Amino acid sequence: MLLLLAIFVGTLAGCGIWLMLRARSFDLILGLTLLSYAVNVFIFTMGRVKVDAAAIVASGVPATLADTADPLPQALVLTAIVISFAMTAVLVALAVRARAETGVDHVDGQEPPR
Amino acid sequence: MSAAALWAAHGPIVPIALPLVAGSLLLLLEASRSARASALVPWVSLLATAALLLASVQLLVQADSGVVQAYLLGNWQAPFGIALALDRLAALMLVLMAVVALGSLVYALGGDSRRGVHFHALFQFQLMGLAGAFLTTDLFNLFVFFEVLLAASYGLLLHGDADGRRARLRSALHYVVFNLVGSALFLIAVSLLYGLAGTLNMADLALKLPQLGPENARLAQAAALMLLVVFAVKAALLPLYFWLPETYASATAPVAALFAIMTKVGVYAILRMSTLVFGAGAGATAGSVAPMLPLALATLTLAAIGALAARRLNVLVAYLVIGSAGTLLLAVALAEPASVAAALFYLVNSTLVAALWFLLCDRITQARGGSDRLQPAALGPGWAGLGVLFLVAAVAVAGVPPLAGFMGKTLLLQAVGALALAPALVMTVVALVLLSSLLMMVALARAGSLIFWKPGPAAAPAAAVAVVAPRPAQTAHGLALAGLAAAVVASAVAAGPISAYTEAAAAQLFERQTYLRAVLGAQPAPPAYDVRKEMRERGDAK
Repeated sequence: MLLLLAIFVGTLAGCGIWLMLRARSFDLILGLTLLSYAVNVFIFTMGRVKVDAAAIVASGVPATLADTADPLPQALVLTAIVISFAMTAVLVALAVRARAETGVDHVDGQEPPR
Repeated sequence: MSAAALWAAHGPIVPIALPLVAGSLLLLLEASRSARASALVPWVSLLATAALLLASVQLLVQADSGVVQAYLLGNWQAPFGIALALDRLAALMLVLMAVVALGSLVYALGGDSRRGVHFHALFQFQLMGLAGAFLTTDLFNLFVFFEVLLAASYGLLLHGDADGRRARLRSALHYVVFNLVGSALFLIAVSLLYGLAGTLNMADLALKLPQLGPENARLAQAAALMLLVVFAVKAALLPLYFWLPETYASATAPVAALFAIMTKVGVYAILRMSTLVFGAGAGATAGSVAPMLPLALATLTLAAIGALAARRLNVLVAYLVIGSAGTLLLAVALAEPASVAAALFYLVNSTLVAALWFLLCDRITQARGGSDRLQPAALGPGWAGLGVLFLVAAVAVAGVPPLAGFMGKTLLLQAVGALALAPALVMTVVALVLLSSLLMMVALARAGSLIFWKPGPAAAPAAAVAVVAPRPAQTAHGLALAGLAAAVVASAVAAGPISAYTEAAAAQLFERQTYLRAVLGAQPAPPAYDVRKEMRERGDAK
């Protein structure tokens, strides 16, 4: 499970960084989104992966991390998702405007000289 | 509850709550169609910022007693809930922020605030994010406040009318993407630290990190360095400052002036983390800030060269900001009370003077008919006053006596000389600080003599007539410039009290116990009204 998650995070982050380095605003946004997915899963794993455990304290079960999943990283992920979603929206608006203004998709507003 | 008791209990939240309430109110007023409501907008904004300054000064006076005041948000005890803490450093940053904000806002009221939508609301939200970042003691909360101030800064950066829009859009795209990647790194570092130590409270982290086993040492170091890289993005350290000149040069003048405090947020965060969490005795992460020393020296050198090579006045000033960030990080990386005290003293002056510079640049550009290229151009009326301000600002920023830039650099060099460092390192630091000051002085002297002494040919009458701002603009601009210049001069006149304060602030940073005790020992206030008890008494609860 942990290995699977690690491969998942690594692949997402790698793809994200590769896309970001292409210096086209569409690829850039896609890359940033992938990177933020990778980060979100990473935060989640930092609370230790635990299968079949609730994140809330149930009656009759001792309120320790041995019996429940750590709820804090889940709260952090939620916040991070909301923020990265909003920021992606800002970036999309900005990129669309820049595309309309300059006519090219390159992040520098002009095609690089060949 | 009387007003004094209310302030004593809830004072530290005011710098965050006030801009939040004012910003929300401004959003409503700006959206309103009635002329009376929109006429209120500048006044509400001005009033809120002035009140913020008053509150910050009051908090500074309180913090100067040496007490660290912790404020439990949501009334949960510290490592479990988020706490704010007000110490000398936080109070100093708050006052500095409020002064710069007031200056920028008064200048913006001269016309720049009407060049786009929602300027005032974004301005207040930016202040809220800044104040939160200075006050919070929780790492994730710091991330959230960083995002608040960044989100507002994206809006402010794009603020402006049609001229220069293309450059603004391009630099804004770079700025947003760069900061989003920074945020991703921030999250990785924060969650790594949480995974290792099981806490996000900085005071609690300071206690937990030294107890980590050796098997986790490398991970903790990686997290610490990643965190410092994120802050270095904000503070404009060498490999990470390339976004800054273009961004600051393309922003509208009052926005750029407000951004003068933004690079200082990065410096503040590095200072806070390196003294509180990654300080001496922090186990594996102790001394994480040390690799910044050569980078800070290189930043300083390249900033001086950049200033010398700048072909636009705005870009020159942006490089001066980078240079001051380099000087500050140099002192922070030395991680000694004396060098940090000198850095804080220099920080006051360099922030004020950077804000003054960006506003002054705008006026000079207008007086020259809209161009800030360093080429001979006809100079409009009012050049005498601008020249005097240019001289004051240049003297203060380059570190020439008698203004406070000189004193800050002297204090820093004295501190470096008094430390037990390798002689070669001391020589390098002293030489580079002095050399970069000299280069900046040359750059400024060249720019000044070109602008004021070599005003280009009395150009064709119609083509190059300077843009003369209408009357209210002149008044607002003059007030803002005079106010900030007075603040710069005052920081030199009051050098004694300020340096006494910064020394005390640095001592408080390195003597961590007061802070730790205040944050972790703060007790939740007893509830005024206990619902659970009442339910028990009524027999509702199980």
